[in-house]
Amino acid sequence: MAEMWISMGPQHPMTHGLWTLKVKVDGETIVDADPELGYLHRSVEKMGERRKYFMNTTLTDRLCYASSTTWTHCYAHSVEELMEVEVPVRAQYIRTIMLELQRLASHLMWAGAYMPDLGHITGALYFWRDRELFLNLLELPSGSRLLYNYIRIGGVKRDLPDGFEEKTERIMKLFEQRLDEYADLFENSKIFRMRTDDVGKFTADQAKNLGITGPNLRGCGTKFDLRKHDTYEIYDELDWDISTREAGPGYSDCFSRYMVRIDEMKESIRIIRDCFKKMPAGPTMASRIPVRANGEAFRRTEDSRGEAMMYVVGDGSDRPYRWKIKSPMFTTISACPHYLKGYKLADIPAIMGSIDICIGETDK
Amino acid sequence: MSSKKVRGNPNLRRGVGSKTTDSDKIMEDPPAGDWLALRSDQLLEWIDNSVYNVAESTGMREVVDRITRPIFNFAQRLSPHPLHFGIMCCAIEMGQASAPDHDIDRLGLVYRSSPRQCDVLIVNGPVCEKLRPKLKTLYEQMPEPKWVIAMGECAISGGPYWDSYSVVAGADTFMPVDVYIPGCPVRPEALMHGFLTLQKKIRAKEPGMFLRR
Repeated sequence: MAEMWISMGPQHPMTHGLWTLKVKVDGETIVDADPELGYLHRSVEKMGERRKYFMNTTLTDRLCYASSTTWTHCYAHSVEELMEVEVPVRAQYIRTIMLELQRLASHLMWAGAYMPDLGHITGALYFWRDRELFLNLLELPSGSRLLYNYIRIGGVKRDLPDGFEEKTERIMKLFEQRLDEYADLFENSKIFRMRTDDVGKFTADQAKNLGITGPNLRGCGTKFDLRKHDTYEIYDELDWDISTREAGPGYSDCFSRYMVRIDEMKESIRIIRDCFKKMPAGPTMASRIPVRANGEAFRRTEDSRGEAMMYVVGDGSDRPYRWKIKSPMFTTISACPHYLKGYKLADIPAIMGSIDICIGETDK
Repeated sequence: MSSKKVRGNPNLRRGVGSKTTDSDKIMEDPPAGDWLALRSDQLLEWIDNSVYNVAESTGMREVVDRITRPIFNFAQRLSPHPLHFGIMCCAIEMGQASAPDHDIDRLGLVYRSSPRQCDVLIVNGPVCEKLRPKLKTLYEQMPEPKWVIAMGECAISGGPYWDSYSVVAGADTFMPVDVYIPGCPVRPEALMHGFLTLQKKIRAKEPGMFLRR
């Protein structure tokens, strides 16, 4: 049968964010794919070189709109290494709580976007309703709804407000009950399993070679999490496990990637509980934060979507000389021909939705 | 021979392999009349002109306008169909506005994925140089009457990306914008207020579109 190219995007109900996916189809089977990016290229790296170190947290917040705190933390973390700033212990605990709350909000955002892709509008409404709870929580200390600018170089903006722990505990308890309800709605639902089982498969070796990280790699059964393996803040002192799933021996499909994220949400709740238990009193900001920096620093953190890396070079002035961002989604989207080939055209929303795309950080 | 009645499309009959006869010539299409040769847009224009002339000369236009104007305006005002098109952060808030907590659908909004079915374009993020022609195309594909909402700082003026080499300084540099909603990002409540402002604007400035000249 004749092969032809179909262009999806940038305005297409399938795409999350602005990107074009060109697929070559033979009948309904995908033979080849070609992603095209760049519709959101805002030149963040270049703009960062014109701004002072502490001003760049505004830009890193807007890198990924679904999980802004993790990216700001990655930047603050690398700049702290460059400036040799010691972050107070209480600030590290507060950062960990905020990062995990952000991870919950980000995964809920993903689930809310994934369900309508599979034709399950009810699921979207349920997950968005739960996301609103966590947005309200994040709003309490930071004062903002989506882009918080809460983590600063050397600590956090301000201490947690009174009653934050009780509110968090109440919401987390409610959310845990709801996750059990959703298990019946999704994991045990035959229609959901038909759409996601054995679709979009890739093996762990393939994922490592292609640079796929984060929940997508853990969905292959690989135990790799930078929070444990290249630990930062106080993750090594807390009591939690890396959640992994696999669809079969050493490979993942859409369903295992869904389950990994659900498990990660449960682990995040565990981390937050442990943080509140162990959190000491003290200052939340380092006493001395230099304005100028010299040398270079490289840090990688576990973003909600994979391995976020930042490389900052200082030349002795108050602005970075070079600032490089490595986004996890850029590599994952670039690898999409490998896990799209052989499936039907109607499986594209299920597959591309399951890898949790965020174009903001991809195009930078 | 010519008295034999031929049914169906003669071309099809010929394709089947029947022998060519004189009856095929008889069944050829007659020369089309002038009214058939009109293209559809010409036909619409002709109907429009004749109806308008009749309505104008008899004074019916005033009467019809007075009756239909509030109805059309009511319909346009209270059921805006925005395009389901997300650019950046504000798109997440646009989605969150449809969630149960804010439920923006109660204002009559229905998000549609095709620009042919929409009358409101929400520009919810920075417009980059690569995106600008595509956004312009989307705007031009929407049928009249149509409105544009610039949601957030990026769409108003470039916002935090004011000194970027690849971001356009606001959506109003290349398309007309009706409502500006400030905020970075815009809260769902602000988006609601923006739609209420658009309703006020439609009510005040653009009464019904029937028999418009």
